[in-house]
Amino acid sequence: MSDTDIDPPEEAVQANVPEDADVDYEKAETQDSAAEEAAKHVPQAIPLQVENLSKRFGGLTAVDGASFEVEQGTLTGLIGPNGAGKSTTFNCVTGVLEPTAGTVRFNGEDITGLAPHQIADRGLARTFQIARELGEMTVLENLMLAPTHQRGESLWRSVLPFTRGSVVEQEEEVLEDVWETLDFFDIDHLADEYAGNLSGGQRKLLELARVLLTDPDVLLLDEPFAGVNPSLEERLLEHLHELREQGYTFLIVEHDMDLIMDNCERVIVMHQGSVLTEGTPEDVKADERVLEAYLGGEVET
Amino acid sequence: MSVGDSVPDRVSAVGSSDPAKIIGLLVFIYAVYLVAGSIAGINPVSNLTSLTRWIGLFAIAALALNLHWGYTGLFNIGVIGFMGVGVYVAAIVSKDPVAAGGGGAVGGATGGLGLPLPIGMLAGAVAAALFGLLVALPALRLRADYLAIVTIAVSEIFRLSVRNGNIASFDVGGLSVGFGGGDGLQLDWGSEVELLFDALLLGGVYDSLSATAERLIGSPVAVDRIGYALILLAFMIGYYALLRRIGNSPFGRVLKAIREDEEATNSLGKDTDRFKIIVFMIGCGLMGLVGVLWFMNAGGGGGSVNPTQFRPDTTFYIWVALIIGGAGSNTGSVMGGALFAAFLYRGPRFLQTVIDKLTETDLGSFARRTGFGEAMAPIAGSFDPIPLLLYAVTKIQSLQLLIMGLVIIYLMQNRPQGLLGHRKEQAAAISLSRPDRRSDGDRAVAADGGAEDE
Repeated sequence: MSDTDIDPPEEAVQANVPEDADVDYEKAETQDSAAEEAAKHVPQAIPLQVENLSKRFGGLTAVDGASFEVEQGTLTGLIGPNGAGKSTTFNCVTGVLEPTAGTVRFNGEDITGLAPHQIADRGLARTFQIARELGEMTVLENLMLAPTHQRGESLWRSVLPFTRGSVVEQEEEVLEDVWETLDFFDIDHLADEYAGNLSGGQRKLLELARVLLTDPDVLLLDEPFAGVNPSLEERLLEHLHELREQGYTFLIVEHDMDLIMDNCERVIVMHQGSVLTEGTPEDVKADERVLEAYLGGEVET
Repeated sequence: MSVGDSVPDRVSAVGSSDPAKIIGLLVFIYAVYLVAGSIAGINPVSNLTSLTRWIGLFAIAALALNLHWGYTGLFNIGVIGFMGVGVYVAAIVSKDPVAAGGGGAVGGATGGLGLPLPIGMLAGAVAAALFGLLVALPALRLRADYLAIVTIAVSEIFRLSVRNGNIASFDVGGLSVGFGGGDGLQLDWGSEVELLFDALLLGGVYDSLSATAERLIGSPVAVDRIGYALILLAFMIGYYALLRRIGNSPFGRVLKAIREDEEATNSLGKDTDRFKIIVFMIGCGLMGLVGVLWFMNAGGGGGSVNPTQFRPDTTFYIWVALIIGGAGSNTGSVMGGALFAAFLYRGPRFLQTVIDKLTETDLGSFARRTGFGEAMAPIAGSFDPIPLLLYAVTKIQSLQLLIMGLVIIYLMQNRPQGLLGHRKEQAAAISLSRPDRRSDGDRAVAADGGAEDE
């Protein structure tokens, strides 16, 4: 990767927001200052708070009173053995499932039970375990779709002659951001390709690029490294660290314990539907219950 | 400069631009019909106007359906129901008023509100859109195949409801209106072409045209036929322009995304339910307007509607037209509509007429005296296929469905995306090539590198 592709942090954060777009302007400012704060290592804010989250499917309790927090500007890992309730927790936070009990707070606001699009709209965006590219749309179209609150998403503004001009104007701004993002992820040579023709790894990159263009504060990544070869894994990690430095916050659900331990500042371990322990990788490694949980032993919580 | 190489691309793009493809195809179809028609001695005016009629109708119907299925992936197989709502509401709004209790006074059994035809057409479109909303609210939350079941059910419910004698005629504010029951409704509002020309303040043009036609051919009917054909072409251009504009916009981009993966689209902050409801209503409204144009039968005597015309057959014809052209492409929809109308819908009957004229055989009496057995016997005896071929020609109406079936099977096997499907019709209001506003050197190098990689 050549260094021309990587923008300095502040510039990149700004670049995700069209300069004179009225819609996301306030958000851009808060994020900008958030990025500066992160740079200064001021005590961190807590954008995502989950309290006593429970989800029951009939008689089965998949999540049983899980509570955790995700700090601003961190890579936080959410690990746990199969069936620990990671995915269900994830789906409850992102609005795909409605929790049976508990609250999810995002930037101080109670977002429990909101629809997925409302949650994404507030800046809490997600990716999927299996990349969900829009196959019969080109890579460019996939990315152009992502920015939220585009003027032209209103039918009348797209159709009526005297409002079409402002739509076209915003399209040009969005397009510049899209090409910058393509450059950043080194997938600009695929721009005109149908997303369905990409390789598995390219789809992962596309999905990450797409979700970044929604201008989120916090990104929830569902097993981003599943089925990814080692060299791409390295590339993805590089991108994640770079983005974290720019002020983005990540919560990553992952099976691979070593990968999480090596790359995350904070680790949350789930077991049997609740949070077993939470802390720095060193703390978690030192906790014997974690090892037992992974080996399938009985654990006292 | 990175723009340098895109200029020749643009020039060649004009030559093969979408409207040019459509015009090329239409010219080809018209040439075939003109040549075949003139060989057979068919009046070119009636030949071309009736061809245009069906091309126009199928093209706009396929365009409306393409918005549902091609763009958004909404499986609507109740098209004819929405067309029916459109034409029935237009009839009630625009038929001449009949005083309550005086049923049967003017033309049909009941009258209407007597408002101008353009208002009736608008009302028909709005009513079809609202009917679409009614269907959409509960049904759009369902998976695609259940939406299909709901739409065809609703279209059948509509057909059976208008057949109901209890609402055949009722009084509203001293006027007798109604749905006509099993007898249907006469669309006896006068010459639609004249009314629509008047609405466009072109009444004088219409009058002078009819006077000229009267003088030249001795009949003003030709003006109505030509006028109707021109109106349909105008609607075709209007629908095409509107739907292209919708497709090439951020709105259209979200529609395509919903078609591809609704959950993923939702996760990007798009309120997919809102988009689906809006687009379903717009599509149904457009179908309602198609319904009015379809049944008004301008250029002939007054049109009429009755419930048997709203069986699902027409829905499936429109689907065939869309599949031939390629779902997802507006240009494909128009071309599919034109090809279907010219070669599958009208083609066989036209061919029958041409063969009739050419062979100078009286096919009618041939069909009456020859059964399948008599047609087959010469093949078995003396290998003479002519009687069987003639027999097939006389039965061409029945063979039409068989031919459509064969075409669909062939397409599904060899080109499931249709004629123009799977094209990169980028859903954006602008060209998506790399913007060249920044002239900074590094970017230009990166752009060139990117192009070479491809």
